Amino acid sequence: MSKKLRIATTSLAGCFGCHMSFLDIDERLLALLDLVEFDRSPITDIKHCGPCDIGIIEGGICNAENVHVLYEFRKNCKILIAIGSCAITGGLPAQRNHLDLGSCLTEVYLTEPGLAHGHIPNDPELPLPLDKVHPLHEVVKIDYFIPGCPPSGDAIWKFLTDLIAGKTPELGHGLIKYD
Amino acid sequence: MSDTFQLDGESVPFEPGQTVMQAALATGHYIPHLCYHPEFKPHGSCKVCTVKVNGRTAASCTMPAEAGLDVESNIEEMNGLRRTLVQMLFAEGNHFCPSCEKSGNCMLQALGYDLEVHTAGFRHLYPDRPLDASHPDILLDFNRCILCELCVRASSEVDGKNVFALSGRGITKHLVVNAETGLLKDTDIALTDKAMHVCPVGVILPKRVGFSVPIGKRRYDQRPISKQALDDAPRQADAGGSCAAREGIP
Repeated sequence: MSKKLRIATTSLAGCFGCHMSFLDIDERLLALLDLVEFDRSPITDIKHCGPCDIGIIEGGICNAENVHVLYEFRKNCKILIAIGSCAITGGLPAQRNHLDLGSCLTEVYLTEPGLAHGHIPNDPELPLPLDKVHPLHEVVKIDYFIPGCPPSGDAIWKFLTDLIAGKTPELGHGLIKYD
Repeated sequence: MSDTFQLDGESVPFEPGQTVMQAALATGHYIPHLCYHPEFKPHGSCKVCTVKVNGRTAASCTMPAEAGLDVESNIEEMNGLRRTLVQMLFAEGNHFCPSCEKSGNCMLQALGYDLEVHTAGFRHLYPDRPLDASHPDILLDFNRCILCELCVRASSEVDGKNVFALSGRGITKHLVVNAETGLLKDTDIALTDKAMHVCPVGVILPKRVGFSVPIGKRRYDQRPISKQALDDAPRQADAGGSCAAREGIP
């Protein structure tokens, strides 16, 4: 038995829906664990990524911290996979891209009823939002993409098992979807 | 016995006056396409139907069929070009499938699935294109327009109304509404118009019927567009087939 592949996963500007879908491979997780072990991931709660074979990233890039995490993954992972609409197209967070960020913050925190007389959050621990939301491939090289919002557990399983088997991953009708 | 040409190594018979696309579809051979619609004159603008004819590229929807042509369509070189075209369309507009009413019934999306397009690849432009929700029964979402001109052609040629037009050139080209105000409410478009039923993507939508078909039962959930288009092909030959049924519009 060869050495287990090491996998890291994270969610950036995403909703963890793709991670939930990943868990939807259900009992096949046990079969997967015969082949892989997890590095940084919500599954292990390891905070920083070490050298890995595969990195799987959900969510796009909407703030400065996202950029640092993405760089950390790219630096450490031989193969980097963007999973889900947000990682691949910017997705829901990117729906603000045609608006001015300053106007968005002003409207939400200052002028809209309910939060009037509030203030725009400025705690130094909060990562600064970027002017625009970006898909991952605009920031670093991405090797593979698993589309879907979220991709189904079956799609994730097919993709990963193809990849681990050394084949070019293919989804095909029924597994490839953008919604 | 009619003349034939070769399509991916198979003999395809054709009638005089038919294009390569028309002959192919009529005989059960799928060539991917977006701006082509059997009831309208070929437009030749999306270039998704590009094939190699005797070694040179040509749009199969405008290429007249001729005896002895050697046409290559389903080859990696052509599918690679089609993939890039589809990717550019996705990067150029705002195609956010998870929130689109047309998702599952959209030709652009279905073509992306068929071509195994996993990413737009290019930098997304995220253009600012406000909606036109002025009409009581119809919503226009310009974010998804791929400039195929099918609504323009349907409105002028079939409905006789000229509701839509394309304006601008190059990257600034966009769909406009022919009214003083530029708003759809100030036109005489009606739900029963042909222009309502030809949009291959999710620009022209009837209001209050969105998401009525559950995921799994939508048009391209059931069968890939390459199969679905062939199912539709025999009906294309019938005069007056239901366009709404074909486009999967509720």
